[in-house]
Amino acid sequence: MNRPRAILALADGTIFEGGAAGFLPESGVTTGEFVFNTSHSGYQEVITDPSYAGQIISFTYPHIGNYGVTPLDDEAARPWCEGIVVRELSELPSNWRSVEPLEPFLIRHRVPVLVGADTRRLTRHLRSAGALAGAFGHGDRDMILDAARNATGTDGRDYVTTVSTREAYERGQGDLHVVAFDYGIKSTMVEELASRFRVTVVPAATNAEEVAALNPSGVFLSNGPGDPAALETQVSVLRELIGTTPIFGICLGHQLLAEALGGATFKLPFGHHGSNHPVQDLATGRIEITAQNHNYAVVPDSLERAVVSHVNLNDGVIEGMSLASERCFSVQYHPEAGPGPHDARYLFDRFETLLRTNTLESI
Amino acid sequence: MPRRNDLSSIMVIGSGPIVIGQACEFDYSGTQACQVLRAEGYRVVLVNSNPATIMTDPATADATYVEPLDADVLIDIIEKERPDALLPTLGGQTALNLTMELVRRGELDRLGVEVIGARPEAIDTAEDREQFKNAMSEIGLAVPESGFAHSVDEALVIAQSIGFPIIIRPSFILGGAGTGIAHSDGELLRLAGEGLDASPISEILVEKSIAGWKEYELEVMRDTADNCVVICSIENFDPMGVHTGDSITVAPQQTLSDVEYQAMRDDAFRVLRRVGVETGGSNVQFAVNPETGERLVIEMNPRVSRSSALASKATGFPIAKIAARLAVGYTLNEIENDITKVTPASFEPVIDYVVTKIPRWAFEKLPGSSPRLGTRMQSVGEVMAIGRNFAESLQKAIRSLEQGREGFAPGAPSEFQALDDEALWELCIVATPERLFALHEVLRRGASVEAVSTATKIDPWFVHQLAGIVEREGELTGAAPASFDTYDWRRYKQWGFSDGQIALITGEQRDDIAAWRRAAGVATTFMTVDTCAAEFEAATPYHYSTYEDASEVMNSSRDRVIILGSGPNRIGQGIEFDYCCVHASMALRDMGYETVMVNCNPETVSTDYSTSDRLYFEPLTPEDVAEVIAAEEAACVDGARLVGVIVSLGGQTPLKLSHSIDPALVLGTPVRSIDAAEDRERWSAICQSLGLRQPPGDVATNLEEARAVARRVGYPVLIRPSYVLGGRAMEIVYDDAALTRVMADLTSAHGSLAREGGVSKTRPILIDSFLEDATEVDVDAVRDTTGDIFVAGIMEHVEEAGVHSGDSACALPPQTLSKDVLAEIDEYTRKIATALEVVGLINVQYAVKDGEVFVLEANPRASRTVPFVAKATGIALAQVAVRVMMGESLADLRERRVVPATTPWPELVSVKEAVLPFSRFPGVDTLLGPEMRSTGEVMGIGESFGIAFAKSQLAAGTRLPNSGQVFFSLADRDKVAGLDLARQLTELGFHLAATIGTAGYLRSNGVVVETLVGKIGLGDLGVDAVKLIASGEVQMVVNTPSGSSARSDGAEIRRACVTHGVACLTTMSAGFAAAKGIADTREHGWRVQSLQSIHS
Ligand SMILES: Nc1ncnc2c1ncn2[C@@H]1O[C@H](COP(=O)(O)OP(=O)(O)O)[C@@H](O)[C@H]1O
Ligand SMILES: Nc1ncnc2c1ncn2[C@@H]1O[C@H](COP(=O)(O)OP(=O)(O)O)[C@@H](O)[C@H]1O
Ligand SMILES: [Mg+2]
Ligand SMILES: [Mg+2]
Repeated sequence: MNRPRAILALADGTIFEGGAAGFLPESGVTTGEFVFNTSHSGYQEVITDPSYAGQIISFTYPHIGNYGVTPLDDEAARPWCEGIVVRELSELPSNWRSVEPLEPFLIRHRVPVLVGADTRRLTRHLRSAGALAGAFGHGDRDMILDAARNATGTDGRDYVTTVSTREAYERGQGDLHVVAFDYGIKSTMVEELASRFRVTVVPAATNAEEVAALNPSGVFLSNGPGDPAALETQVSVLRELIGTTPIFGICLGHQLLAEALGGATFKLPFGHHGSNHPVQDLATGRIEITAQNHNYAVVPDSLERAVVSHVNLNDGVIEGMSLASERCFSVQYHPEAGPGPHDARYLFDRFETLLRTNTLESI
Repeated sequence: MPRRNDLSSIMVIGSGPIVIGQACEFDYSGTQACQVLRAEGYRVVLVNSNPATIMTDPATADATYVEPLDADVLIDIIEKERPDALLPTLGGQTALNLTMELVRRGELDRLGVEVIGARPEAIDTAEDREQFKNAMSEIGLAVPESGFAHSVDEALVIAQSIGFPIIIRPSFILGGAGTGIAHSDGELLRLAGEGLDASPISEILVEKSIAGWKEYELEVMRDTADNCVVICSIENFDPMGVHTGDSITVAPQQTLSDVEYQAMRDDAFRVLRRVGVETGGSNVQFAVNPETGERLVIEMNPRVSRSSALASKATGFPIAKIAARLAVGYTLNEIENDITKVTPASFEPVIDYVVTKIPRWAFEKLPGSSPRLGTRMQSVGEVMAIGRNFAESLQKAIRSLEQGREGFAPGAPSEFQALDDEALWELCIVATPERLFALHEVLRRGASVEAVSTATKIDPWFVHQLAGIVEREGELTGAAPASFDTYDWRRYKQWGFSDGQIALITGEQRDDIAAWRRAAGVATTFMTVDTCAAEFEAATPYHYSTYEDASEVMNSSRDRVIILGSGPNRIGQGIEFDYCCVHASMALRDMGYETVMVNCNPETVSTDYSTSDRLYFEPLTPEDVAEVIAAEEAACVDGARLVGVIVSLGGQTPLKLSHSIDPALVLGTPVRSIDAAEDRERWSAICQSLGLRQPPGDVATNLEEARAVARRVGYPVLIRPSYVLGGRAMEIVYDDAALTRVMADLTSAHGSLAREGGVSKTRPILIDSFLEDATEVDVDAVRDTTGDIFVAGIMEHVEEAGVHSGDSACALPPQTLSKDVLAEIDEYTRKIATALEVVGLINVQYAVKDGEVFVLEANPRASRTVPFVAKATGIALAQVAVRVMMGESLADLRERRVVPATTPWPELVSVKEAVLPFSRFPGVDTLLGPEMRSTGEVMGIGESFGIAFAKSQLAAGTRLPNSGQVFFSLADRDKVAGLDLARQLTELGFHLAATIGTAGYLRSNGVVVETLVGKIGLGDLGVDAVKLIASGEVQMVVNTPSGSSARSDGAEIRRACVTHGVACLTTMSAGFAAAKGIADTREHGWRVQSLQSIHS
């Protein structure tokens, strides 16, 4: 297929050539923060993961779209990422679950694509330069270079308000009731919770009183996009909740909980985005291969009260913490998977045990 | 858990000779294991009967036993070495089966040896299909509906209850031997019979056939702490029904959604846990229904395998190395990923490229075999190629096969264009080696992706990719590449088109194409295999070519040498040449050079990224090699230079490439000498000028010329094409009729040589007078730049000339050659090496008839026998050759005791025996001839020729009987010699059976023949030969060909021997050797000795 020629420019001036595919914006340009994801499979889950709001995802695996798309694999009603970069976009999907090829899906959801670029060079560049803002598109070269120069990253920005649900909604049933903060919650997460509890998913802006009014057995903090440091209000809400009810946080939820416990967060050079990250559970010594998607992490020695429960074996980043006295724990990675390995799903059981026994297992 | 300190010495069992289903991959994994275990401070005791392995180099283990892989022999070795543990998971099925035998016999308990790597119970659960099936249903995993049968009738009952199609699969087998799909009662009865014979415990699985489903493999690892990881997922291009070893396979998997993939991953771990593999690598195979996603478990191998070798090369994750560490107690997180150096081994590799493996078959060398692929593995080798997308990796892989194809789109008109649609579709539907190329033609004719994948069951995603290549070919046809811009060039190169292929399609010259491409600024870029898709910096330079923005080859200031490997294993060119290339790398590194390996065979040690300083996993073609040379020259800094390219150690493959390389860069023997040796006229001229005897002969390009030559030299004549290896298409011809037949085939456009360059003035047919009953001799020698020569080994063949050197047994030192003959051979060899200005290795083959020495051929390159000579003499011959190529003198090397003063004459006799693939090819006559057909070799070492020969026979799979009945059926010309042999055997206490003619002759000479054997079919004149062999009342057969048609009684007799595993000797010389072996074994018994003790 012959595509309109397009370029990708990073804020530092680095340029990549390719073709424009998917949704072609009028402006001919798309800006955002570039990150790379190393998963072989699971592109649909990645593209529809709200945590990517404000970002342009470059897939390191060259063939994307091979097995098409199906509503079953959506992590949210729509993608929130700004765009994607792929080496090859499959025209013909082959899988019994597929309802349509990837490209029409992307067009429908207005997701622009840069195809045919040297994604490995881009990865190597981001690896050394760190996550960079930039732009791509089929528009005028200088216009794109300009846009790239002025493009801003996710630092200090609140995307949560944008992606969070407007109204609260309920899922699942059971004797236990969990209130789940939607900072950009993935549907796999909701499913994992709903398979165990009655869940009320509430907007990110919900305050402590409103939560208390629902008298939950426990509170769940979801994943979400952007810089945790920009979410003061949410953090203060958590400060009030801590101790009043058991809490389980994932990803952004983990970072916010850490801040609420007096910890600090920082931005990793290029983050963790993939399905192959080895994490060790310090309590059991067991290793989990985990799905990860985060640019920020908890500053190691900033945790006075909570104890580190999980670490990333690649770079030692804190992947989990817990505070038995306050009946709360959280992980930086994605035990719900979607996409990724199921090694860590036991954490949802741990949450259930916590709610039933009011004590935190083995940590 | 850290290293186990309660163990101090560990025994490793190798996989023995290269056979179909078990090739170099186990040398690769075994070598890695030995290195790791020694690095961990353990004493390693290694047993392997295959001398051509790196594994059996004295430097790889502390005690190396080149002895038959047989339980009793292993017990002797264990009693001598007293290892604490036995690691059986790196020597393929052979090592597993032997270990299980030792366990069952209680020998390991008696000797206090612990099995590490996989517990015996686990091995049983995985390998015994019945136990495995039960285990799976226990954990709720689905397997194809099936039942077990121990008799043909049982099988039929089960089959009828399950319903056809039915697949038969024996327990404890290798590479699918004895498996097949039956659609009717008739087929079932036949296959069930074969299956029961193939199974050592005569048990078969009668199973619902799910041929046509998608087939997957996961390479998984587990440690003592129950940490599990998937190293690589593999999707088969050919659906279920074609053995994975015969399928084109692709990594990573392409068409499973993450949801399905993760579910499969979960299943794989459950299998591992249930089977109980606690430490090491395993391979789990799945079938997936393309319509419903239904997933079934096919089997699991609790050991490293062909696929794990592929996975290691595909991802850069060294499974065998890690498996060995896990076996001695480490957990995954305690082991470092030696590619990134900064991350632990407890992760799952991700890749940013596509890997394609294509098998290579040898049906053309096995007349009588049908090239249909099934559940029974038949390929003899494989290639792997890496590209940034599937199309590129597929086209590179096709190039790597060295079968005259530039890629999927051949450019030149293909042999399929002549076929009508119906015939063409027929070829697309049946899986054969040629199917892939029939698919090209059918797509070129406009068949839809859907039509093709419905007919072939090949996944539409793959077919669509193929169609894409055909589309690009269409665009190229009639295009004007001279005017292509950067974008166009990049596009076609990214689709995997080679310059040569574009040249063929556009009708331009390859050099022009390359020039235009470079002028447009499109150059090959080399990426790195790093296990992590560039997320972390890679410390290991393991590269593949593609067309991207920037190359990743790192500059270095050291002088470097490029070694060209030997490509895919094939009959005639196998592991021996990889051995030589690996030794070249060792020697050069030792001399301080940076070494660069280029090869495309995923099974080998040479493609282990730690063997050389840099590995380029690339096709061995002029274009791809030129790009590597350019990249290496570009990476030279601070006055470093590319010193040269070694082309003489990888067999015919790199030799053929030498013309495309700047002669100044070719190290060792000059290219013109290589040609001189191959070019019949020049070669004969040289022999004449040196006054060397040659079998009279000449060249011919057509029947007329051939007749003329035959008339001049007289029948029988030997016919042979030029520029081939392994006696390809060679035949002995006794009369005009046969000559006509052979010439017709050789010169026909679709004949035997169609894929090998055909016949022409520059590639004529060679016709020699055939020397009957001559003794063949092989010589390996080294010559240095000063002209000094070292004759390293003289090998006397057991079988007479006429049996290909690669197929005949041979002894070192020679057993019957007179002093004068030896002196003459030595003198001839020196003259030839000098005349050819050889620098490095030369191999010369002679035939000795009535004390006269004839030169058959000279190969100024490493030969198949180099590793054997090295093991027999204790001299690292290949390394010596490399050192002289780099300018060191033999005098020097003698000084340093690397080379002895004269040709070594070891006290112990070493015998090399060939291993033939007949058991996999029903219908192929097992008679040995000038066309080589063996896949591998073994070595026997003993105090006498007899013992060494007997050992070599056992190592090759036939134990010489000590008592019982020997069945004689001899050609008239062998009867005199046969009488002598019969007498020897009766003196040894054997009873005799013989066919009427032979019996008559023996009886009339006073030899007692107890059983009279009649013509097959008419048992009335005596017992039926085949029935007799089947009855188990014959322990050994001596059958020499009467020269008549292949379907003669002789052929039937030989087949029966293969089927029922009865020793069958087809030449008198082998018969006498066997008698000697039996006698000596009885008299002196066997002793096992390590190479270290022999050569210390
Ligand atoms: N039930 C089945 N129906 C159709 N084909 C099968 C079935 N089971 C196995 N096969 C095919 O046979 C091949 C060999 O079977 P496998 O169990 O892997 O034996 P091996 O031990 O030789 O690898 C598989 O690769 C697969 O293609
Ligand atoms: N003139 C001859 N007389 C008898 N046997 C011969 C003669 N020439 C070749 N052979 C037999 O054919 C085999 C293959 O021939 P060779 O020239 O060595 O081919 P290759 O190059 O494949 O090794 C030899 O090993 C030898 O046994
Ligand atoms: Mg198998
Ligand atoms: Mg030869």
